[in-house]
Amino acid sequence: MTLPAEARDRYLAAFEGAADEKGRPAWLRRLRDEAKERFVATGFPNVKHEDWKYTSVAGIEERRFELPSRDDGGLSPSDVAGILPGHTAGNVLVFANGRYRAELSVRRPLPPGVHLGSLSEALSGGGDGLVPYFSRSPANAFTDLNTMLMEDGVFLHVGKEVEVPEPIHLLFLTSGFERPVMSHPRNVIVAGEGSRVTVVERYAGLSDAGCLVNAVTDIAAGRSATVEHYRLQEDGPDAFHIASLRARQGTGSRFAAHSVSLGARLSRSDVHAVLDGEGAECLLNGLYLGNGEQHVDHFTTIDHAKPEGSSREYYRGILDGRSRGVFRGRVIVRQDAQKTDARQSNRNLLLSREAEADSRPQLEIHADDVKCTHGATVGPLDEEKVFYMRSRGIDESSARGLLAYAFAADILGRFDLPDVRRAFEEKLLAWLPDAGRIREFLHEPE
Amino acid sequence: MRNGNPMLSVENLHAAIGEKPILRGVDLAVRAGEVHAVMGPNGSGKSTLANVIAGREEFRVTAGSIRYDGRDLLGMAPEERAREGIFLAFQNPVEIPGVSNLHFLKAALNAVRKHRGLQELDVVEFRDTVLERLRRVEMGEDLLMRAVNDGFSGGEKKRNEILQLAVLEPRLAILDETDSGLDIDALKVVAAGVNAFRSPERAIVVVTHYQRLLNYIVPDFVHVLVEGRIVRSGGRELALELEERGYGWVQTPAAKGGEEARP
Repeated sequence: MTLPAEARDRYLAAFEGAADEKGRPAWLRRLRDEAKERFVATGFPNVKHEDWKYTSVAGIEERRFELPSRDDGGLSPSDVAGILPGHTAGNVLVFANGRYRAELSVRRPLPPGVHLGSLSEALSGGGDGLVPYFSRSPANAFTDLNTMLMEDGVFLHVGKEVEVPEPIHLLFLTSGFERPVMSHPRNVIVAGEGSRVTVVERYAGLSDAGCLVNAVTDIAAGRSATVEHYRLQEDGPDAFHIASLRARQGTGSRFAAHSVSLGARLSRSDVHAVLDGEGAECLLNGLYLGNGEQHVDHFTTIDHAKPEGSSREYYRGILDGRSRGVFRGRVIVRQDAQKTDARQSNRNLLLSREAEADSRPQLEIHADDVKCTHGATVGPLDEEKVFYMRSRGIDESSARGLLAYAFAADILGRFDLPDVRRAFEEKLLAWLPDAGRIREFLHEPE
Repeated sequence: MRNGNPMLSVENLHAAIGEKPILRGVDLAVRAGEVHAVMGPNGSGKSTLANVIAGREEFRVTAGSIRYDGRDLLGMAPEERAREGIFLAFQNPVEIPGVSNLHFLKAALNAVRKHRGLQELDVVEFRDTVLERLRRVEMGEDLLMRAVNDGFSGGEKKRNEILQLAVLEPRLAILDETDSGLDIDALKVVAAGVNAFRSPERAIVVVTHYQRLLNYIVPDFVHVLVEGRIVRSGGRELALELEERGYGWVQTPAAKGGEEARP
């Protein structure tokens, strides 16, 4: 687990390059130093590490990723429009290879009491308000790497009782580099008491070049706040995508984290939600699709720290080709968290013999008056269902496609944003074999 | 009544699941306009026969043949059989979460119509057809909007099968224990749905353990299947006799020899 000398030198050089920027506050320099010390000492995790048992990041360690040069590779508004339609309401903040691009972003008025801007901007003003959100746990090699090398991201602060009517879109694009680049987006979302906000984080690769995206998002939902978060990952086929989403919830708050994981050769998504106030509600709702040699890993932790919290966790994966899906779901119920109601479900559909899925629920219950359920399935399509559809005249490939679609659409059905839901229903269709016939089938009878 | 070539002709049919033989030489001829009941004790192979006709692949046909309108049925995929007019009402209709009942019906109907060289129905025509058939089986409209059989009660699932039958208008309907789990009121509704479907161009094979259903769907012929063979065939009265005397009566070696009433 130590970093080879060659890699250490590279990351230290990157750190020196990133850290000497002017105007960074002292507290951040200290945090970066600490993160660097830890990272250099421990290096990347290997599969002997309990949390990384099913996912080898050796491919990341071996590649010589570089921070992007100042000259951001030729992105145009049409690149953005290809991902987010022009009529998208609300604010759209675009980042290219990790840096904020004002000229590609769409800024619209927000209600009073909302601050939305790039993180680097907030930091150049001292960013003292950011300190508590920057030293969040749990940390691992990748969050440390992010802290030591991060350049930009979003800082969103929604004041007390403020409702943000339109979703805020964050678009992280990777493009245009011949050499493998790495970016370390860092987002901080703070929702004040009684506020309400929806944030859509979207990651897309515009080139096939192997890159590393290592993103960290920290969310704080105040008392009775509602935060809806979407994380849509469509990085390029040769990309490595590592993400960490950490949320801390106050009393009576509601937090929903929806996700779709579609791209990247290797992706790992950690979600860590702490229900740190009474009666908090948490929903984790994710879909992952794997094909070819893709490896897609979700590692979630829901920590019920206070009484009367409820959590719902639904993850579904469809795995084709020689892909591998990993789901690990920890649910912790602290001694104090009586009357917790936690349900977890992970279902995996294997479309080929070579595809593989590992599903590991892990309940750690220290309170006695709680309701906790979990269920995990891994398997091919139910042949009974296929036969039933065929016996009604529907051809076999349409039957299979439609059943797979319905399996995954269950997750998308929980998306509250109709535009996002429809966009990803389309992507799901396009991903499945025989999209045309399934589409015909789904065509609304009215 | 027994004029013309059979619509369905089963000859010396042997079928197995894995290595276990289930059907051991079944002969059955069904002509247009006829209603046949296949009765038998549990495990006799009734459901296997129904499913082999519909094309379920888990059952391996090891010998014999099935012809439908003179064509080899066993070489046809299940969806082809459906499009050619064969319909199996399932004993345990499958739940398909995420696929709406209405979409499912429309896709099935259009697949069948396309095969028959008919135009696909437009939205209004389809809706009118479905609503009219829905009333026949006394089903709530809300069940159309739900996912196929998802969370339906046993009775609702059986009605949904008959709704599909009424919408798809097959030529040969095979009802696999459609009476199981139905109370008497639901049974009457289902039977009325099936009777409305009866016509000189169509045929029905009713697979059932009990003769109760046959009070409402009156068969022209009754066959008794025991240990994978039809051991006795007769008219309507055979079902009543079975009810009175039980299956033990036909399972005697003497009975196995006698197939005098074969149609």
